[in-house]
Amino acid sequence: MTSSTQDWRSDEFDDQDMERSYSTQRTAIDLGLTILAFILLGVALLPLGLVLAFVIIKGGSQLNLDLFTGQIPAAGLEEGGIAPAIVGTLIVVGIAAAISLPFGVLAGIYLSEFSSGRIARWIRFFTNVLSGVPSIIMGIFAYGVVVLATDTFSAFAGGFALAILMLPIVVRTTDESLQLVPKQVRWASTGVGASDFQTVLKVVLPAALGAILTGVTLAIARAAGETAPLIFTALFSQFWPTGIWQPIPTLSVLVYNFAAVPYEKQQELAWAASLILVLLILLTSISARIAVRKSIY
Amino acid sequence: MTAVTSDDQREQDAERSDIEKTADQSFIWGTRILAIAVAAVLLWIAIQVAIEAMPAIQEIGIEFLTQSTWDPVEDIYGILPAVYGTLVSSLIAILLAVPVGLACAIVLSENFLPISIRTPLVFLIELLAAIPSIVYGLWGIYVLIPFIEPLGDWLHNNLDWFPLFSTPYQGPGMLPAGIILSIMILPILTVIARDSLAALPTKLRWGSYGVGATRWRTIFSVLIPAAFSGIVGGIMLALGRALGETMAVTLVIGNSNDLNFSVLAPSVTISSLLASQFAEASGLQEDALFYAGLILFAITLVVNILAEIIVLRIKKY
Repeated sequence: MTSSTQDWRSDEFDDQDMERSYSTQRTAIDLGLTILAFILLGVALLPLGLVLAFVIIKGGSQLNLDLFTGQIPAAGLEEGGIAPAIVGTLIVVGIAAAISLPFGVLAGIYLSEFSSGRIARWIRFFTNVLSGVPSIIMGIFAYGVVVLATDTFSAFAGGFALAILMLPIVVRTTDESLQLVPKQVRWASTGVGASDFQTVLKVVLPAALGAILTGVTLAIARAAGETAPLIFTALFSQFWPTGIWQPIPTLSVLVYNFAAVPYEKQQELAWAASLILVLLILLTSISARIAVRKSIY
Repeated sequence: MTAVTSDDQREQDAERSDIEKTADQSFIWGTRILAIAVAAVLLWIAIQVAIEAMPAIQEIGIEFLTQSTWDPVEDIYGILPAVYGTLVSSLIAILLAVPVGLACAIVLSENFLPISIRTPLVFLIELLAAIPSIVYGLWGIYVLIPFIEPLGDWLHNNLDWFPLFSTPYQGPGMLPAGIILSIMILPILTVIARDSLAALPTKLRWGSYGVGATRWRTIFSVLIPAAFSGIVGGIMLALGRALGETMAVTLVIGNSNDLNFSVLAPSVTISSLLASQFAEASGLQEDALFYAGLILFAITLVVNILAEIIVLRIKKY
């Protein structure tokens, strides 16, 4: 705020014979605090701008056909791309979604539609606590449950870890989306003679489907960027994925492995993979915003 | 209505009570079992990690927490440096993120800006949380670490008598890790603080303005005290995130297993220890890493449960 507007305001208020003056110490403190708060807001947004700028500049210069078709180069090699890691990420995230979606959506249906009070409160509480568990713990959990049991690092183990990570998000998204569907819709359905089963699956769920899909897409995009649960479940490989019981390359682990190696090509690929992950998340987040704005109820 | 349709109706009712009711009940029970299973997953994780850690717990015992040597060659394992690193890096993150996050929450909940500007700003802050941890790590190595070198040098040159700044800035270390963590926890802190400020009744503000308080006097003397538990809950949840955050920290903290009090020196956290060593570990080292994971799990669980309880309390009002 400029001083001229301040003067103008104080003049006006003096004219009206108001006791409050805009030149007193306390209003000056108020203005100072407002400015400080806006500076801090700028400080908060600065890293976002810096991260996006660097990822776009450094990763953007790597965008070419080779990147999306080439094999992952071994240390020191100059030719190649990240195609196997893109496919690997899709496979691992696909496995995670296949496990967590039916599980989480049905659990969410119970919380929103059939639960009564106490049990639901406890389950919601546990679900929230589960979403706060560090992702690396999901990794060592999946290592114990899948890798040790099957005696191999594998795409499935990675998918399992990510599924546990996504589960609380899917449950909460379903629960919250279903609760937004007005009670009258359920009454109408029950009123024409539908059973609970029919009401939920044919009326309430379709009504909330847009919101659920939006949340689920965000969860999937989030999972695609996760690294910690993958470094000791899916591990990494340079080669094209051949099956879900083998180690598999993913974009995020590629960034981790190539981030600090002394070879320029590998560092460039790390930035390119970061750009793809960030674009994926930006696109899903923005389209989710638009989809939510259009929601019917 | 004729008698025929009403008979039909009765027949249909009878049919439903037999088949559809069973379908209905089994559907409800199916969803109930899955919902309980979601909660049970938390228990499953705890039991599984504890089982894996058991050999190390028996072998090393409680000394694990007080010993500061991590030597796979001699099979000596202590995670005091990692516990110190975890707590201090999270503390730096909280100290940096709380004032910034609180300022954001205030600007975005009070009437400083029209809604049409506030909504995209909230979205931008939430985007900070969506950017993958590993991308922050990569950015940290190549952008943040060189960028804060002058700050690190200044702290050492002027405040080297203070143990936290007693070593020269070496690049990777606790300070960049703390800064990256503060960026990553800012959104959750801001969003929860904003929600608890926005949930306060408008009458509270009217009352304060009515007795002549300025906007910021109202914020500090009325709104923040009233929303205090919500803000604390948000800080706790943010702390839980910071304690467990792995990839960004692993890339910028330097992964030095020596105990060093200086925040300018390379350090290690429990999660970065796991990330950097698990792949090559076997035998007792692997068990020790599970033990470390169990300790991290326990710490974050306590923090998260407390945070959830605090946040749940507010929703009742």
